[in-house]
Amino acid sequence: MKCLLNINELKVYYFTRRGVVRAVDGVSLNISRGEVLGLVGESGSGKSTLGISLLGLVPPPGRVVGGSIIFDGIELTKLSADEFAKIRGRRISMIFQDPMTSLNPLMKIGDHLMETIMIHENIPKNEARERSIKALEEVGIPPERFNDYPHQFSGGMRQRVMIALAILLNPDLIIADEPTTALDVIVQAQIIDLLNNLRKQYNMSILLISHDIGVVSEIADKIAVMYAGHLVEMADVDVIFKDPLHPYTSALLRAVPLIESKYEKLYYIPGSPPDLVNPPKGCRFHPRCPHATDICRTREPRTVSIEDHIVKCWMYCDTYE
Amino acid sequence: MIRMSRVIISAINLTKYFPVQRGFLERLISRKLEYIRAVDGVDLEIKEEETFALVGETGCGKTTTGRLLVRLLEPTGGDIFFRGIRITHIKGEELRKLRRHLQIIFQDPYASLNPRMKIGDAIGHPLEIHDIAKGREKRQIVLEMLEKVGLTPAERYYELYPHQLSGGERQRVVISRAMILKPDFIVADEPISMIDVSLRAKILELMVDLKKEFHVTYLFITHDLATAKYISDRIAVMYLGKIVELATTDELFSNPLHPYVKALISAIPRPGPKAERERLLLRGEIPSPINPPSGCRLHPRCPFKIRICSKEEPKLLEKERGHYVACHLY
Ligand SMILES: Nc1ncnc2c1ncn2[C@@H]1O[C@H](COP(=O)(O)OP(=O)(O)OP(=O)(O)O)[C@@H](O)[C@H]1O
Ligand SMILES: Nc1ncnc2c1ncn2[C@@H]1O[C@H](COP(=O)(O)OP(=O)(O)OP(=O)(O)O)[C@@H](O)[C@H]1O
Ligand SMILES: [Mg+2]
Ligand SMILES: [Mg+2]
Repeated sequence: MKCLLNINELKVYYFTRRGVVRAVDGVSLNISRGEVLGLVGESGSGKSTLGISLLGLVPPPGRVVGGSIIFDGIELTKLSADEFAKIRGRRISMIFQDPMTSLNPLMKIGDHLMETIMIHENIPKNEARERSIKALEEVGIPPERFNDYPHQFSGGMRQRVMIALAILLNPDLIIADEPTTALDVIVQAQIIDLLNNLRKQYNMSILLISHDIGVVSEIADKIAVMYAGHLVEMADVDVIFKDPLHPYTSALLRAVPLIESKYEKLYYIPGSPPDLVNPPKGCRFHPRCPHATDICRTREPRTVSIEDHIVKCWMYCDTYE
Repeated sequence: MIRMSRVIISAINLTKYFPVQRGFLERLISRKLEYIRAVDGVDLEIKEEETFALVGETGCGKTTTGRLLVRLLEPTGGDIFFRGIRITHIKGEELRKLRRHLQIIFQDPYASLNPRMKIGDAIGHPLEIHDIAKGREKRQIVLEMLEKVGLTPAERYYELYPHQLSGGERQRVVISRAMILKPDFIVADEPISMIDVSLRAKILELMVDLKKEFHVTYLFITHDLATAKYISDRIAVMYLGKIVELATTDELFSNPLHPYVKALISAIPRPGPKAERERLLLRGEIPSPINPPSGCRLHPRCPFKIRICSKEEPKLLEKERGHYVACHLY
């Protein structure tokens, strides 16, 4: 598979009064064409910050301070605001957890869709209308709802509208940040199925961000695990579940009640998530890690790759080099 | 294991209708008063020391049922019994005494604590209200409780205010406050849904430990079937104000009968390889509880519906021993 997105040593910091929040602190990853990468981790680990940095939407006091994001040959971190606006929506689009925040409540959803097309493409109105109707049909919304306002839709339907907007311009990459977190299980399954069908149909890549590793595993090809601004492990979804290497990944898998869990007893991760202004020295997970040794407390582990399996943990540094 | 299982709390044909709030103009135009049928004829029996889970999608009436059972809401109809005594309409001093035995833990640990009260005082408050302990004695009981829920050093936590605690710690405070009176029955309404994934298991385990220690019975409300499976002995599944299936947890997951329950179970994300598994997907979303569909409330979404389904409401019947289902297919 051809590589579509290449993130290398990306650093995104928030310069707050309390200090510098190292939300994304040296993350490297690739996404191929047509691939779904699931990004998981605890609250505050930097998942959303990574997602919005791909769209040039990191809000102040946040800023990309280092590294590169190469998307289909284009270095995104160097783009001007105008140049980014041409890529956003058209080649990379985003679906948020709460569709209401991204839909204009005073605008009929049909007009919303048409306007989105016409901003990016110079086409006649009736053609824009046809394409909008087609996009709605694609996500299972009948054309008669074209003139309805967002508040007339249920949560699940609104998320479908968001997906219609996201696929409207046939982008190469969709960033979906907790797209089903606000939805019920049955509707969640409907939305995940929809995303899965669309990506097969259009060969789109998806970065699926979620705190729920169960949901992610439904459609992801690969899973990336973030902890305190670092990418600590990445591998094929089956490998992550069968053979996790990083102690944090194993802990995360055991801590989530999964319906077909191989663990009898629930387990929890001792301690609490670190403060990103003052992250622990060495490996950021060491205060909560059952395997921590002296080196973990003092030096940050390198990221090693064992075939396609990437892990950032001292346990694997010596053996595999 | 055979255990004497007496019923601690039961409901018979319990209903709660909320009048629909309308704008002034609308009220002028239409005189007809409409109701949200939040709980619409629920029968259930919860046994001493069991953990009974109530699951279902948003708006199906779980919270309302829980609040009715602990008498925080006045029922529209039906009856509630606590250890065989009818408590449906008791009031005043009698109700105040009953409160000691029936407690509730709310979903949002942020909203359910007074921001200006030290957490030690918040936990000890019920002891004062019920004239059980005050002053030093109260402090001692609270400190012991803080130890039990892992908020240590207890002396330090006693003096903190809610905003100084993390979400997980706050939920421990809320649990402590519900436990301090050693109640018999606790409604835990989505106690972990607002807590970060990495901390959820810890809270669940704490609840299990406290249950063993205090011999308390839980009604555990959740929309997450995996959590229900982990924590509960029996499960009831609600749809639009009604219980559609009720069974032991093992039985419900190994042999679900109701199409809605089958759909719920098949919708649960399963980790591991993306083996294209067969999913039973229902069309659409839950209809409005104001004018629920005629007959079986699931029929507009049900792939198995037969003629009778739109005409007659199915009753909740015992299909196999201890396994109840409300569906015309059975
Ligand atoms: N606008 C902002 N200003 C300052 N700090 C921020 C801002 N946005 C995020 N942060 C901080 O950056 C860190 C990473 O946040 P981010 O939202 O990326 O995490 P997340 O993994 O998406 O978490 P969640 O699962 O809660 O959505 C957190 O410590 C957060 O407090
Ligand atoms: N005080 C109230 N006044 C009017 N309607 C109410 C009130 N409380 C609940 N309802 C309505 O009753 C129905 C059932 O609500 P309830 O909160 O019991 O559902 P739930 O199953 O707990 O949902 P959730 O999973 O979202 O918490 C909903 O349609 C709700 O809008
Ligand atoms: Mg986020
Ligand atoms: Mg509720």
